[in-house]
Amino acid sequence: MRLERRHETSRAALVLAPVGAVLFTMLVSALLVLWAGAPVGRTYALLLQGGFGSVFAWSETLTRAIPLILTGLAATVAFKARLFNIGAEGQLFAGALAAVVVGGMHGGTGFELQPWLLFPLMMLAAAVAGALLLLGPALMKNKLGVDEVVTTLLINFIVLLGVSALLDGPMKDPTAMGWPQSVSLQPDLELGKLIEQARVHTGLLWAAALAVIVWAIFKYTVLGFDIRAVGANARAAEFAGVPVTRTVVMVALLSGALAGLAGAIEVAGRTSYVTLDMSPGYGYTGIVIAMLAGLHPLGVIAAGVFVAGVLVGADTMSRAVGVPTYIADVIVAASLIAVLVAMLLTQYRVRLK
Amino acid sequence: MTDLLDILANPAFWVAVLRIATPLILGTLGVLLCERAGVLNLGIEGIMVAGAFTGWLAVYAGAPLWAGVGVAALTGMVFGLLHAFLTVGLALSQHVSGLGITLLATALSYFGYRVSFPKVNTPPTITPFAPMDWLPLPILNAQTSLTLFALLLVPAIAWVLYRTPLGLALRMVGENPQAAESQGVSVAGTRTGAIVAGSALMGMAGSFLTLSAFNAFFFNMVNGRGWICVALVVFASWRPGKALLGALLFAFFDALQLRLQQSGDAVLPYQIYLMLPYLLSILALVLVARKASYPQALMKPYRKGER
Repeated sequence: MRLERRHETSRAALVLAPVGAVLFTMLVSALLVLWAGAPVGRTYALLLQGGFGSVFAWSETLTRAIPLILTGLAATVAFKARLFNIGAEGQLFAGALAAVVVGGMHGGTGFELQPWLLFPLMMLAAAVAGALLLLGPALMKNKLGVDEVVTTLLINFIVLLGVSALLDGPMKDPTAMGWPQSVSLQPDLELGKLIEQARVHTGLLWAAALAVIVWAIFKYTVLGFDIRAVGANARAAEFAGVPVTRTVVMVALLSGALAGLAGAIEVAGRTSYVTLDMSPGYGYTGIVIAMLAGLHPLGVIAAGVFVAGVLVGADTMSRAVGVPTYIADVIVAASLIAVLVAMLLTQYRVRLK
Repeated sequence: MTDLLDILANPAFWVAVLRIATPLILGTLGVLLCERAGVLNLGIEGIMVAGAFTGWLAVYAGAPLWAGVGVAALTGMVFGLLHAFLTVGLALSQHVSGLGITLLATALSYFGYRVSFPKVNTPPTITPFAPMDWLPLPILNAQTSLTLFALLLVPAIAWVLYRTPLGLALRMVGENPQAAESQGVSVAGTRTGAIVAGSALMGMAGSFLTLSAFNAFFFNMVNGRGWICVALVVFASWRPGKALLGALLFAFFDALQLRLQQSGDAVLPYQIYLMLPYLLSILALVLVARKASYPQALMKPYRKGER
């Protein structure tokens, strides 16, 4: 088997490849539905309906999409520079924790300040917490050559254990009846609802705005150019005078900050406190979303909404026909692999010899 | 201080060390084979989950224990083949392909578990491997034959790597694929073989958890052991002997934190002790980073005729 580079790739192919790959994945996953003994057509119909079929479904899907878009952006920024940040999960929790430390209720944690001052402070603290968490692995990669994938992964475990210790001890809400959950945020720091009596909150606008900002950074700034240069070939970029270390540091700060904000926005928009199960692996799913989007910041919005819809729809579907919700995780993971292959096929043709 | 001495003098402690080390030895050897051939395999975490599940399911369905281990190895090989197709055949990012396989293998295992046992809260148990109490050796006679297998595998793999033409070919494609190709070695074939064999070991590492250490399959039971194996290979400078040493050292500290936690007078929250293995892994990575001798072609896809 050998690969030959295609001379040109059409724009349509670049958009159709991921869509085709996802459809292909759904087709293959139908085998799993059959194994679970459910009718394929009805299962998929329920999945789509549960994710996108009503105002309530859309509200739930968009709510779930908010952290996914943000962790997806975190992965996009880092992966563009070939900094493989797998630590968004830990950075998300660090951001959530920082938000509660700054904006928690008096008597627990938190500061007594006017909300117009405290809110930006809270978001800043979350961004800084996430950013600092990625800075170490990024510098270790750049200066010592320690593989950042392993360090960021291991740090996730350390952060989660640290959060668990804090929720058992210093940050535990004494009124939570023994549940390991943190003190709550001051109510005036919480994000407003987008629709009455639905969960979707203004964090969605934050996520969308940040996607546009990241897109603009990539497209219009020197930093964006440097990121792409370092990602394409760090050594060549160095020769060409791109400040590689500074770019890597900036990428780490930006990527970590986005993941940290994901945690703060979850707390401010949805839970109002930190628990260990506030994220069912948003940090890891963000990687898939970044790849589905072809590392395009605006594509991340679409990919985030799609994946959120599949995850939300799986809950409804599972209740109705009894296919385990893990099918959503299978579809998401298999889509990642299928999209990788499809994107490759837009650039290369495979010759079997 | 006397507490510590008490712990170290107790044979049960060393039994625990060897038991904790076993899946790490198997997994680390698996990663080592892949990386020596120039391919990073981050699928390990998921492959271990899948091996733990399929091995256990096979035994639950009536297969003998060793057949369960074989099923786990076979499961690993299937995912290894997928990883080889993506990274060797299509030259996709080894990082991303491995992570994708981890997500896929984990999700498939959990899905399969839920389909097989829709309504149970506690998983059904099997009769796991029995300790080899006929062995006239202390500590080792409290282990199962899977541990003995893992220990014997270390010299076996070292011998293959350094004393056979196959091992030479494998190391060559990891160091200098162009040179290997010019010697008539098939880079793609050798790499695929190494990934498949390494992934089989990863599957077996997972099956140790369900068929020897415990007697059932639980969610999150692999819990980062795979990532620790990836760190251990760097610590071991890609040498089988040092991989054994690293796994034992690591298991020593893990067993120690367990005992300190249990001894009751722990001053620190238990989570701090649980953090130790991960902190230790990062420390090991940083300490050996400067003199780490990565296989030269690690993570570099090889396309015939290019460059």
